[in-house]
This record gives sequence, structure tokens and C-alpha cells, in this order.
Amino acid sequence: MAGGILVYALHDDEGNFNKNSLGAISEAAKLAGELGSEAAALVVGDVADDAAASLGTYGAKKVYRAKSVPEGLAQPIVDAMAKVIGDEGYSYALFGGGLLGFEIGAGLTARLEGGVTMEVTAVRADDGKLVAERPVLQDSAIVDVGYVGEPGIIISRLNAFDANESGDGSAEVVDVEVEQSEWSGKARMVKRGEQRGDDVNIEDADILVGGGRGLGEADNFKLAEELAESLGGAVAATRAVVDAGWYPYAAQIGQTGKTVAPKLYLAAGISGAIQHKVGMQSSENILAVNKDPNAPIFEFCDLGVVGDLHKILPKLTEAIKAKKG
Amino acid sequence: MKICCLVKEVPDAAVQKRIDPNTKRLDRSGEKNLNPFDTHGIEAAMQIREGGNADVDEIVAVTMGPDSAVRALHKAVALGADRSVHLTDGALEGSDVCATGYALAKVLESESPDLVLLGQQSDDGECYTIGAVVADHLKMPSLTQVIKMDVADGKLTCERQAEYGYDTVEVDLPAVISVGDAINEPRYPSLKAIMGAKKKPLDTKGAGDVGIESGNVGEEGSKTQVLEIKPPPEKQAGEIIEDEDTAETVEKIVAWLDERKLI
Repeated sequence: MAGGILVYALHDDEGNFNKNSLGAISEAAKLAGELGSEAAALVVGDVADDAAASLGTYGAKKVYRAKSVPEGLAQPIVDAMAKVIGDEGYSYALFGGGLLGFEIGAGLTARLEGGVTMEVTAVRADDGKLVAERPVLQDSAIVDVGYVGEPGIIISRLNAFDANESGDGSAEVVDVEVEQSEWSGKARMVKRGEQRGDDVNIEDADILVGGGRGLGEADNFKLAEELAESLGGAVAATRAVVDAGWYPYAAQIGQTGKTVAPKLYLAAGISGAIQHKVGMQSSENILAVNKDPNAPIFEFCDLGVVGDLHKILPKLTEAIKAKKG
Repeated sequence: MKICCLVKEVPDAAVQKRIDPNTKRLDRSGEKNLNPFDTHGIEAAMQIREGGNADVDEIVAVTMGPDSAVRALHKAVALGADRSVHLTDGALEGSDVCATGYALAKVLESESPDLVLLGQQSDDGECYTIGAVVADHLKMPSLTQVIKMDVADGKLTCERQAEYGYDTVEVDLPAVISVGDAINEPRYPSLKAIMGAKKKPLDTKGAGDVGIESGNVGEEGSKTQVLEIKPPPEKQAGEIIEDEDTAETVEKIVAWLDERKLI
């Protein structure tokens, strides 16, 4: 399958495929078309025939299913990807954004001695080969990266590719037997996808106040909550403060959290690292309050306020309440 | 138990980073800091040593880089490592992720660690990937972005955030673990430790010393090639206001919100 692109399709414990994986399949189908080849997907675990075949809707011609390989940990999936690429001669492997994509892509690089690019935001076919575009240095420059030899491994940034139902419908499902490498069995999932903290809904809110480490401590989230309430919005959080236990996981935005695009995103004490940016950069209006004038968020917000949020937020809440009467 | 901490010297956060248009590599002339994410790896090693669940014989800081990278090793030693290893060789220059991961795996192999720790990302680029590349070369299990790690009976119990929530994973040693910044608060080195850091043993090794094949590293061994460096798409710069008088600042914010019908 010269020029062919193999995509890993991640799914949750209920069997739902990840949106970023579906986006990667659509992108792979488009690119493979330009290379005169085909895109295929690989799924692991006990995925039903229908579900696996349904990836054809997004443009996969074939779906390789490795039933004996568990979902959720990278190295067994590296075994499976390496096996299919080795047997079928795919030229590229493409991963949607997300933690596992990074880990599997990186492992595959070592296993197959293939080039790898990460945080990729666009890919194009150039002279029969793929070229990946990757922003670097806090998005201040973009590099075009080509591959020397095969396979080329592309790990995209979260939300880089949209899922399009552009395929012909059903894909051919091919079961593959994968021999597990010895070290792949040395990590075992004890518990997957545990939710911590209250269940909050941030995806439907038109207005979100996001809180980051700049809030200083867990208690100060009430400043964000009061402001959100005055605006009729909800409160979101960065990974750092969620990991620190200041706010529930369900409110987390970014690389390993949710992706949102509200009318207003008010970032309070959020530096705007790439991992957070990818989850909220499509917001219509971004307002940032941060005391560090060098915070990356000031590079992509619409209104940036350099100052102490502990002083500004309470007064802003009051002013909004007064305005609303 | 022997723990190796991979560390890296990166450009200081305050230094304007740029790519040299001629070499198409990161201009590293302004470098002077230990990658802040790696300090969490060293701290994690120190906490295992102090935790009492495992006997830690040695913590070794390992880096690959030019002469100046010694400074990162000194900092790592000041933070608690017992000694350090510096892999440096002109043949390694220009190595991409694939080549760097191979070279680091070779130098680690010569140390036979029970645990390799590193920060989940470097300030200057190869996000999230190097640990998993190294692990596969070493044929060890690995996990990245770990935010809680307990060691007992020759294995680790790790927690981290993945796509659908928190995962708890058991990992047999030896293993390669990249830690997230939420795992701990790195300590500040004491003045005595800083002063003493240069006296701790430091091995300098060339590529040949650890069995690195020159065809696998440097530009020759790299599997990717930077073709072009471009500016990002133009985005209209937002308005920035400095808060001098908070009442006035708030007034401006309210007016801005009102204009956009957000109130």
C-alpha cells in the first residue's frame, strides 16, 4: 500500500470513537486520495463489526481490528500498528491529537525507525509525499517538515482535523493477530477514565470564565464563579488547577479535557499554554486577565488586561451586576 | 534501585526564541536553564528516595547536548542527583526526535537504570514524545504525563489524565516515566548544594563510548527534514490594557463586553 495512510482510531469503554480520531481518518482519506492511495484505520479491543465498518463513513477503506489488544495503553497498540504497517506496507501513520496518539506515535518512531512530527496543524501532499506543518516556539513560527524514508509518523494537534462523512459507507473489516512484545505486557490498566469531582456542564455555555493557577488557591475559584454568575455563564478550568484538585475534572479545557467555543471566554489567571489554547482558541471573543505581561495568552486574546485579577474580578462582577440592574 | 533522570538545557523563558534560518535549527545561543519540567522528575526521584518504600542507591542525571549543557547537570545535581552523565559529540548535532531518542537510549543502557524519569515536555519543542521513544528502544514499559506515582514491590502505581478521565496504571520496573508538573513542587536547592554541585562526579561520554552508531544520529540519522520556516498566519492583535486604575479598567472591560452584546 505505497502512499497508504494508517490511522489509529481510539474509542472509549462504551465503544464510541474519538472525534479527533474520526477527523484524522477524514484527513487521511483526503491525503491518500492525493497520493493515489488509500486510508485505513486500526482499532483494538472488542469492537463490533458494524462499529468498525462504520469508519468507512469517514473515508477508511479498510479497518484492521486487533481484538486481543487492549485499548487505553500505548505500547500494545504500537505492536499492532507496527504489525499492520510492516505487513501491508503503509507509508504513513496518522494520529489525532491526544495523549495516546503522542505515546503510540513516539513508540512507533523507535520501533520502525520512522520520522515523527508532533503538534501538526496541517498536512499536504507535495510531489507524491506528505509534508507536515507544525507550529513551534509558542506558535511564533511554523515549520514545514518532510520525511526521509518510510514510514512517516504524524501526530496532530488536538482539533486539527474535522471529521467529514465523505467516505463511501462501509469499510472492509480485517481481523489481525498481533504478537505482543514482552515489554508491552508490563503496564496494566487498573482503572480507566475515572471522573473526579462534580459533573459540570461547560460545553453548552455561551459564556465561560476559565480559572487557572493565577487564581492562587482553590478558594479563589469563587471569584470566577461569581463573575460567571453575573454574566450568566459557567466556570471552566485549566489542567493544572484540576490536577491540583481545585476544580472538577469535568470543567477542564484543553489537550486532555474538553474543547469549547463559547461567545465569550474570559481567562482569569491562565497563561495560555498550547495545551490549554487548543481547547478554547475557537471562542468568538477571548478576554484575558493576567498579571504577567509575557503570558502567551496575550498573543491570541481579543482584549488583554495586565493586572491583578484579585482586584479586578470582584469589581468587574459588581459592575456587571449594576449594569444588568 | 538506580534512578536516571533525563534532563535538558533549554532557552530561558525570558529569552526570545528563534530558529536560525540557515541551519533551520533552534538558535540555542541564549540557553541557560534546566528545563523546568525536568525538575519535577528529579523531585520525584528524591521523593522515592525519601519515601522509604524503595532503597534508592543512586540518582543519576543524564543529558545530551553541547558543552554548555553541563549547566543543566549542575542544576540537577544541586536539586539532589548524586552524579551526572553528559553525552556530547559533534556527531549528535542536528538529531531529530527519532535520532535523539536512540542516542539517549544508548547512554541510558550503559547505566542500566531501574527507573528513568523525565519531564513530560521540554520548553523548546519535542512535546511529550521523547520518553516513549527512549522506552521502546530500551524495551521497557512507559507512561507519560504521570501526576501521581507510588513505588512498591518492584512496580509503580501511576495516575494520569488521559482522553476520558483519570487512568490508574500499574507498571513493572524497569520503566520509563515522564512526569507532569502537577506531580510535585520541586524543592529549591540549598546554597550548599549549589556550591557543591560542581564537585560531584560528572562523566563525559562521546557517541562511541556508549555504542552509538554514527549513521543513526545527527542529520544523517534523522528521519525528518525541516523544509521551510514560515511566520504564522496573521492574526489581528488584540487590545492590551494595563490596570493602573481598577475602576477605569473595569469600565473599559464592561464597555468592551457591552459593544459585543455579551452583557
